[in-house]
Order: sequence, then C-alpha cells, then structure tokens
Amino acid sequence: MNINLAVKIGKLKLKNPVMVASGTFGYGEEFKDFIRLRKLGAIVSKTITLKPRKGNLPPRTCETPAGMLNSIGLENPGLEVFIKDKLPFLSKIGIPVIISIASEDSPVEFIELAERINRISVVSALELNISCPNVSGQKSLISQDPKATYQIVKSVRKVTSKTLITKLSPNVTCISEIAQAAEAAGSDALALINTLSGMSIDIDKRSAKLNAVCGGLSGPAIRPVALKMVFDVYNKIKIPIIGMGGIIDISSALEFFIAGATAISIGTANFINPRTSVEIISGLKEYAQRNKINSIEKLIGSLKI
Amino acid sequence: MVQINSRIINNKRFKGNYWHCIFEAPLIAKRAIPGQFIDIKLSRNLEPFLRRPFSIHNISGNKVEILYEILGIGTKILSAGKKGEYLDIIGPLGNGFTYQNKAKLPEQKTIIVAGGIGAAPLLYLSRKIKAENKIVLIGARTKEQVLCEKEFKGSGCSVKIATDDGSAGFKGRVSGLLKLVLKREGSKPAAIYACGPKPMLKAVAEIAGDKNIPAQVSMEEHMSCGIGACLGCVVKTKKGLERVCKEGPVFDAQYLIW
Repeated sequence: MNINLAVKIGKLKLKNPVMVASGTFGYGEEFKDFIRLRKLGAIVSKTITLKPRKGNLPPRTCETPAGMLNSIGLENPGLEVFIKDKLPFLSKIGIPVIISIASEDSPVEFIELAERINRISVVSALELNISCPNVSGQKSLISQDPKATYQIVKSVRKVTSKTLITKLSPNVTCISEIAQAAEAAGSDALALINTLSGMSIDIDKRSAKLNAVCGGLSGPAIRPVALKMVFDVYNKIKIPIIGMGGIIDISSALEFFIAGATAISIGTANFINPRTSVEIISGLKEYAQRNKINSIEKLIGSLKI
Repeated sequence: MVQINSRIINNKRFKGNYWHCIFEAPLIAKRAIPGQFIDIKLSRNLEPFLRRPFSIHNISGNKVEILYEILGIGTKILSAGKKGEYLDIIGPLGNGFTYQNKAKLPEQKTIIVAGGIGAAPLLYLSRKIKAENKIVLIGARTKEQVLCEKEFKGSGCSVKIATDDGSAGFKGRVSGLLKLVLKREGSKPAAIYACGPKPMLKAVAEIAGDKNIPAQVSMEEHMSCGIGACLGCVVKTKKGLERVCKEGPVFDAQYLIW
C-alpha cells in the first residue's frame, strides 16, 4: 500500500510530518553523523535573536524523573553570524528550514528579525518563540497574554509572507484562548508546547540544581500535559498544530496525531537517541500499513470519544 | 562519532567503589584519541533518563575500556551490567589531549596529574605519549583510593602519590606534590596534563601559569546530549562560554577562566 505521509503547514509542504524541535537539534550539523538529515519532514533551528546571546551560567541542565530541566538562556550567535555560519549547512540539507526567533528587550525585535529573514529565500518558515521561560528580566511571557500574543503575531504577519508558526507556552490557565488569539492574528500554525516551568533542589547543598534556579521541564514527564493541550486547542482552532512534548518513540508520536496534531516535533529525545526522528518516520509507515491507513491525514484528530 | 550497540566483554570491580568495564566497539576504538569520551545509555526505560559520559580509559585492539566510580543511579546500573549484554554507546566524543607522539629527548619531562577518578582518561594518554621521562602524580583521599599506580608504571611512567590523610606518599593535595616536584626537578617540563576535581585543576592551572608550562586539563560539567546540541555543559573561557562535550573536555588550562 502506498502511504501518503505528506502534510501542509501553511504554505509549507512537508514530505512527512516529523520535525525536530528548536533548541534540541543544534543547527543540524551536530546530527549529521547519526541520521540522514534529508529524511526529516523539516528542521527547526535553535532560537535566534537579533544580537548574540551568551546564555546563562552553568549548571544549565539537570536530570529529573522521566525528563530534564534546562536553563540555557537562548544562547545563540545572533542573526548575522547565524546567516553566515549556520544557515549554509541547513539550507543544503534539502528539506524545509524553519527559523525560530525571539526578542530580548523589546518585541519590536521580532519584527526586525522577521523582515530580515523574509528576504532569505532558503528559509521556509518562521517560528515565533514567544514562550521561552529562560530569559531573565521578563516578568511574563508574551504567550501568557492573549492580547500581547495577538499584537506580536499581527505585527510579524504584516512583514512576512513566509509560513508563520507561533510556539505557545503551557504555563497558562487556558491555552485555547492564546491559541485563538494567534490564529485570529494570522498565524499559519501553532507549535505546542514549549517547556513547563520547573525546578530541582540539591538537598545536601540546599541550592537549586540549576544556576538560574528555575528552568524549563521537558521529556516524557510533560507528555500528558502536552497531549491534553493539543487536544484542547485542536477543538478550538482551524489552523494546523505541530505537537511536541515528551515524544520519544512511535507510540508517543501517534498519540499526538490522534489528539489533533498535523505534524510532530522531536525534542529532548534527540539528546538521548539521535535517531529518534527517523525511527518514528519508519514507525509511522508501519503503523499506517498495519492499520490500512493510506494517508497520515486520516489519523489527525481521529480520537474516538 | 558513531552510535552503536556495544557488547560488554568484562565489567568488574577494580578497587573499592571503582569499576572497570570493557566494551567491544571497533568503530570507536579505531578513532578514539586520549581525552575523548563515550556517552552510554544505561537503561532501556526512563531511569536514568539521560546518557552518561565516561572518559576513555584505554583502547586495546577493538576494545574500549572505561574506569568509573559508583556515584549515582547511572553508575550503579552500569556496575550491574553483565558480560555479553549490549549497551547503546555514542563515541568517540569531544576534543582530546594534544600530545607529542614522537620520541622526545630524555630531558623533556611530561607530568601527568591525576586526582581521584580523574586517573581514568590519563592512563590511555600516558600510554600514547612517546616520551622517556613521564611522571604521574596520583592524588587520592586515602591509600585505598589511589588509582592505577601499577598501570601507570606499566606504561613507562614514574609514579608519585599524594593522599589527603598521608596514608600513602606525600601528605596533602596532589597540587602540593606538583609544586614540590617542579621545585626538585629543576628543568622545566615540556607539558602538564591533568584531570580531576575542579579545585585541583584550578590549582594545577595556576602553578603551570606561574611557571609558564603548557598545561591541558580535562573538564567536567552536567551533560545532557554529549554531542554539542543542547548547549548545557558550558564552561567559562577567554572567548566566552564553550561546550565541554564539543570544544572540550580537554582545554588549555590558561584558556579557561577559573
């Protein structure tokens, strides 16, 4: 049986619905020894800011039950160096390249970044990271406020014709409300979820295990939370959802499609098994074969209630 | 670097709380240089969640050896690994030591400083350095914890020991022993190589800096991926924060900001 794994995210056509999540795949090069990168549906870069960012002091990560905390602090070389040093490799892979962007001091930076990237033809889409919990000095995240979310998506929408993905935070009371704001403002798709705020303590030192004290929790520990958010949002919006949060194998990937995700992203699992993404792509084909599903689209939101 | 399923050939208690494990890993053995490490997935379930990095202790033919101390759940699980079992290993990873591999003049001394389990990567290095005059200083808390004295001697090194409690050799820190050795030896050594706890490495870096002796140290930091992707394991350097797993684990001692 011929199985169609292709999906559409905005204007973007993916040959399969498996992507790799921002911040967990470096700039692609780090994984070239382990997998054939062109097998992926798309690749999302580590978040880029206008200016270079040093990030937080170590320890930046710590292991937690079925997951990990990170407080990298959006370390990145800044847009200029990214374009010069990192983008050439990404663009040669031959799959859609999605650039994740974030602002530091002022949301206006999103607009400048989007304008600049809009002119780069090898970039297929933009992901607005309005949900990173690791930028100090921010009292709240843009994605914790529907109005702020609406405004930023609307302003970026005006300056880019590229597919626009908005990445949302799970650290909210009602994620559907934020998702609807992003949709109304013209986002082509939503990525959910970013990490959950968390902390861990060394009881002997009585100090936080992370230098930044708090960080973002990822891994299978957050999967049920992520899944429920995908499910909630799926029923409230029409644009596609890229689901992520603790996907480590084919069965966890399938859960997200059934809950309503059009595509999925592999995040933390890349750190443990760099082959996770390609193993899931083969797993999808096998599952479809076994269940006589000729198109992945038939699986999306197929939850029986 | 490669990701392989590697067979345990032997996994035995080495001494006290220290264990020695040998894997069959031809692709890693062929490429590994001293100071590099391997990253092991220690369980098929979620506990422990992340891989654990281990420095390469020795390479013999197609076998890779590690020496480890049981400190937490990961190393505890590893110690239960039986001969014939397979583990998912990624390696060789990181930048190793740069060293002279052509025969040197006898007066060019090389000093290796090993603190505690820091001895692990230095044995392979000591075997690879083709110098006649190699001195290894082993530091430990007590006599019982002195590691690899015999093995270092077997690789042609002269060995001196420092213990915190004075139960063997010099009483005090191994950095104190290094100062003493440098004073007594007169001529300046060609290089110092060190691995051990951070305060020890800092002391070695200061001593080497004062005397203008080139020194390389192997660093440690919490690692999540081991392959340069997560940016978790950074240390402060003169050029900013750099990854222990990629730019390191071996750094020039004077390049680091202590």
